[in-house]
Amino acid sequence: MNESLPYKWPEEGNSRIPYWVYSDPRVYEREQERVFGGASYSFVALEADIPNPGDFKRTKIGDRPVVVVRDTDGGVNVLVNRCAHRGSRYCYREHGNAKEFTCPYHQWTYDLTGALISVPFRRGVKKQGGMPDDFRLEDHHLEALKCALRGGVVFASFDHTMPAFEDYLGPKMLGYFDRVFDGRELSILGYSRQRMRANWKLMFENLKDPYHASLLHVFLVSFGLFRADNPSQVQMDEKTGMHSVQVSRRGEQKASEGTREMRQFDQGLRLHNPEMLQPVPEFPGDATVVMQTIWPNLIVQQQSNTLAMRQIQTLGPEVFELHWTFFGYADDDDGMTMRRLRQANLMGPAGFVSIDDSEVMEAAQFGLGKYPDAEAVVEMGGRGVEDQDHMVTESSIRAFYDHYRNVMGF
Amino acid sequence: MTDDPRLLRYEVEELFFAYVECLDEGEVERWPDFFTDDCLYKIISRENFERGLPLGAMLCEGKGGLKDRVVSVTTTSVYHDRALRHLLSNIRVKGVANGVIDVQANYAVLETLTNEFTTVFNAGKYLDKLVREGDGLKFKEKLCVFDSVMVPTSLIFPI
Ligand SMILES: [Fe+2]
Repeated sequence: MNESLPYKWPEEGNSRIPYWVYSDPRVYEREQERVFGGASYSFVALEADIPNPGDFKRTKIGDRPVVVVRDTDGGVNVLVNRCAHRGSRYCYREHGNAKEFTCPYHQWTYDLTGALISVPFRRGVKKQGGMPDDFRLEDHHLEALKCALRGGVVFASFDHTMPAFEDYLGPKMLGYFDRVFDGRELSILGYSRQRMRANWKLMFENLKDPYHASLLHVFLVSFGLFRADNPSQVQMDEKTGMHSVQVSRRGEQKASEGTREMRQFDQGLRLHNPEMLQPVPEFPGDATVVMQTIWPNLIVQQQSNTLAMRQIQTLGPEVFELHWTFFGYADDDDGMTMRRLRQANLMGPAGFVSIDDSEVMEAAQFGLGKYPDAEAVVEMGGRGVEDQDHMVTESSIRAFYDHYRNVMGF
Repeated sequence: MTDDPRLLRYEVEELFFAYVECLDEGEVERWPDFFTDDCLYKIISRENFERGLPLGAMLCEGKGGLKDRVVSVTTTSVYHDRALRHLLSNIRVKGVANGVIDVQANYAVLETLTNEFTTVFNAGKYLDKLVREGDGLKFKEKLCVFDSVMVPTSLIFPI
């Protein structure tokens, strides 16, 4: 789709975001093709979601349905959920175990790698009908995506010319990724899903915006979990700025120069169950929060001991879903599992912290959605896209849009 | 403990009706009063529940956990105004053993955001354990298992 759009990016460049990117259906269509369907690795599953041969789960890349399945050799395949015959969805269940996939419509049957293994009435019935003599099963494989596995995480791409996942992430981002996915076996604690009436990019912006965290999140700020005056970094990948991390260290619950401008700061706030916020250090280094955003659909959350993948799925320009997978490690003891579950109260649809974000993203959409010609001012921390050693910046939002504009031709 | 099942059923229903009235009338500060000090409260999706996965959307351990949730709702969280209304049905006493009354009930929570139609926000079943404390019944355990995997925007108030 190369239809030209009647828009021009503001002259100021990355320090402005025009609001038409959040609501125009033509922009959305181009994103499906170039961002989610293009040169990117999308998160699709944890290997722990599908531990045994035949295990499968459905998911989406952008808004395109796919099936992630472990085959009999233990390999992981990501297959488009669209029968090679007439396009029907063949996988009806959200997750399960299968020996093969049979499309109910005409019972074309595929093995777990997506190879077509049988077509009913292929030779006709009573010498009538049937497929032409030159019909070959091997010409009708389910569309399979390029897969990348690292540390128990499964990524997939519609673009088969993609470089290795490690090159896609770059050394700096790979270091943060490997910090959580260090080769230990993962164990799934559970799933959560939310549907938000907002554009999907607002979710990424939210995670690339440490500026808001000190102001919006009374809970985080008051209990010192994340504050503008804590030592912290914002870093991007070396090549493009499409991936980033926010790194922070826990501070104390006390007033300081910074808290004077945090109007919501409440030094007197106390938890009745303080053990909810008593983390145990488990990763190398002194960072207590590392939030990594991986283009185009993943946020890796490490807030104290609560670990989660947040996958973005899109439903249209003004609706997206957040699919959370909370996990721990197979060798966690009961105390650590309980700690992770307890701290999960911070995040998810009912999270002490993430409720604010969900509500504010919708408020943003309600505010900007009908004003496509207006634009956002993104100048905190300057107008550049470089790494910064503090929270008072929007530089990784600018870096994200720098890459977005390249991909989208804006 | 009363031996008359009709009387017990009446008491159980009264507790449930008072509980949802408290939430619907916006008196969330009184919500912890319906529980024992060592209670467990959890809202969990049917998906996680049926797959044996422990993650809840909301988990409160003991009355302290309930009170922290109240602080979040009344003090720290930022959200749009809404009216919520619980509809209850099929309140059933499933069994009584060692002073613990197992009760199952269906619920639906209707949500009305400003300038929006009323929608079904969340529906599911309660799987509860009740005990007698003082002159009435209290929840020792309250498990809200909701049917849809999808939460519209956010789950702010207890169910
Ligand atoms: Fe936030």
